[in-house]
Amino acid sequence: MNVVVCVKQIPDPAVPGELDPQTHWLKREGKLILDDSDAYGVEMALQLATAAGGGDVTLVSMAPNGETSGLRTALAMGAANAILVSDESLKGSDALSTAKVLAAAIKRANPDLVITATEATDGYTGTVPEQVAALLGLPSITFAKKIETADGKVKVERQTEAGYDEVEAPLPAVVSVTAGVVEPRYPSFKGIMAAKSKPVDTLTVADLGLEGQVGAANARQEIISVTPAEERQAGEIIEDDGEGFQKIVAFLESKKVI
Amino acid sequence: MALSKIWVHAEFGTDKPSSITLELISKARTLADTVEAFYAGDNADAVAAELGKYGVSKLYTIDTGGNLQGVAVASAVAAQVEAGNAPDLIMFGTTYDGRDVLGRLSVALDRPVLTNASALEVEGDEVRVTEAIFGGTQLVTSAFRCEPPHLAAFRPKSFVAEAGGETTAAVEAIDAPDKGHAKVVERHVEEHSGPILDEAAIVVSGGRGLGESDKYQLIEDLAKLLKGAPGASRAIVDAGWVPYSYQVGQTGKVVKPDIYIAAGISGATQHMVGMKGSKNIIAINKDAEAPIFGIADLGIVGDVHKVLPALIEALKNR
Ligand SMILES: Cc1cc2nc3c(=O)[nH]c(=O)nc-3n(C[C@H](O)[C@H](O)[C@H](O)COP(=O)(O)OP(=O)(O)OC[C@H]3O[C@@H](n4cnc5c(N)ncnc54)[C@H](O)[C@@H]3O)c2cc1C
Ligand SMILES: Nc1ncnc2c1ncn2[C@@H]1O[C@H](COP(=O)(O)O)[C@@H](O)[C@H]1O
Repeated sequence: MNVVVCVKQIPDPAVPGELDPQTHWLKREGKLILDDSDAYGVEMALQLATAAGGGDVTLVSMAPNGETSGLRTALAMGAANAILVSDESLKGSDALSTAKVLAAAIKRANPDLVITATEATDGYTGTVPEQVAALLGLPSITFAKKIETADGKVKVERQTEAGYDEVEAPLPAVVSVTAGVVEPRYPSFKGIMAAKSKPVDTLTVADLGLEGQVGAANARQEIISVTPAEERQAGEIIEDDGEGFQKIVAFLESKKVI
Repeated sequence: MALSKIWVHAEFGTDKPSSITLELISKARTLADTVEAFYAGDNADAVAAELGKYGVSKLYTIDTGGNLQGVAVASAVAAQVEAGNAPDLIMFGTTYDGRDVLGRLSVALDRPVLTNASALEVEGDEVRVTEAIFGGTQLVTSAFRCEPPHLAAFRPKSFVAEAGGETTAAVEAIDAPDKGHAKVVERHVEEHSGPILDEAAIVVSGGRGLGESDKYQLIEDLAKLLKGAPGASRAIVDAGWVPYSYQVGQTGKVVKPDIYIAAGISGATQHMVGMKGSKNIIAINKDAEAPIFGIADLGIVGDVHKVLPALIEALKNR
């Protein structure tokens, strides 16, 4: 079974984000890393391919400046190869543009299953998986907390407000996975060395035949203002001397909840 | 200036329309002459009656044939739009099914989406939505620059649900040309007692500072004594101590209770986004530098294993 995993390469989330003052786009300069949320998808894909008796795991990513650091991490985990779409004209892409690019790239790999995360750590629109599925004309199951494939079907436990649903769809299909669905493996030293020579196919928007249809050229929304949110002030902070709980009791009393 | 028509994706909780649905409708009513809703689920008549109290004049119902909502609902709505019955704006909650339908509809109509929004304004015929980014420290306002209908998803608790503009909502079944192929085989409901997390007046949340999964009982006990709901940081949800439905934050629930108690939670931006709107915040953390203290009305620098049992004892003895 061949599986495509969409992996986003993002700026280190530990570093505070910044918007470009001119365009208001998220600054994405310098080294990018594999989005943690997608590490679950990579692990899931590797496990499913193994369970199905083999097949390749192909990564698909759209990122600026030909960035591959995050892809190398996922290749080191065991993915076989990667497709990277990188193009100056993709700066400022919205979710639908991103999905159009990913869908066109995914088609080239002709997978049995496509895996994404439910939402990216930066940006987090949370609609890309469903948009990709719609563009590919495939069934989709979002928010998977458990996945199995058998008999040409994918069976998923899908998180819901009240609990979870068992959902089934015929393959090929798109499935988005929640964090914690599996424990992502750490790349071994051997994996890291092997990843250096694994193929990364770098494509442009023209290669995908999407000129003028994606990126800022097709942005149909505009950021008109960015303002600081009202800050919440800190109140009283006290060191617990064994009687700290009394302070809480008094606070709850003053708010008339007890 | 008002829009002429807004549609809202309606969802149903356990026994009534979801609070997010009522919130969206209440807001829509202030911005448009006509508010209609579309809905795929059971009890359509009851839903219509309830939504009518909030000013919804028509409820379109859609049969998904037992499949997930995304494909079916989007195809039904898109068919209406193509047939000329188009609103100016279609509002969704940032919910599981809401996002599915929104994503599919965005492709069907070839329209961009704005998500995670927390405010909505109409200026002339320009529709603007605002989203909080960087852990809620910056507010980004965007305007649509395309033909309506515009598509946007809003975070729970962005608007206040208020009945008004009472009408009787007519129910009209509309056809879904494509029902998709993702079949719901069985639904599992996880039991819980006490108030629902996102509706509780008091929320007591625990984090990694509790040390081990057994210690979450302290959170449950305290929540129960205060007639509140227990919540959690993602750290302990990922660790498997409590189900995902307990999670507060960017990828969990947004809560705005009267009192929020954070015990052993550091206050990562992604957690704070989900609870910053609480009226009063109490934090217990052994690290005086923990970011959670920056937004707490009362902060106790101390060990949760000492403070919580003492607090529980004191409340029991009242
Ligand atoms: C895309 C994305 C989405 C996310 N979404 C969410 C979300 O929705 N919700 C969420 O919560 N997180 C979310 N996170 C994770 C978030 O970044 C933090 O990792 C998480 O909130 C940390 O949980 P915590 O505070 O329990 O753990 P930690 O950060 O490890 O903090 C534990 C705290 O406990 C204190 N402590 C330790 N021992 C004691 C003791 N004995 N007594 C008192 N205090 C003690 C420590 O001082 C520390 O401050 C998200 C992250 C990403 C990248
Ligand atoms: N630029 C990208 N490259 C690869 N995958 C992406 C990209 N953007 C989004 N995705 C995938 O889609 C998921 C949801 O993204 P989003 O809708 O932006 O929150 C992500 O977690 C990724 O798995």
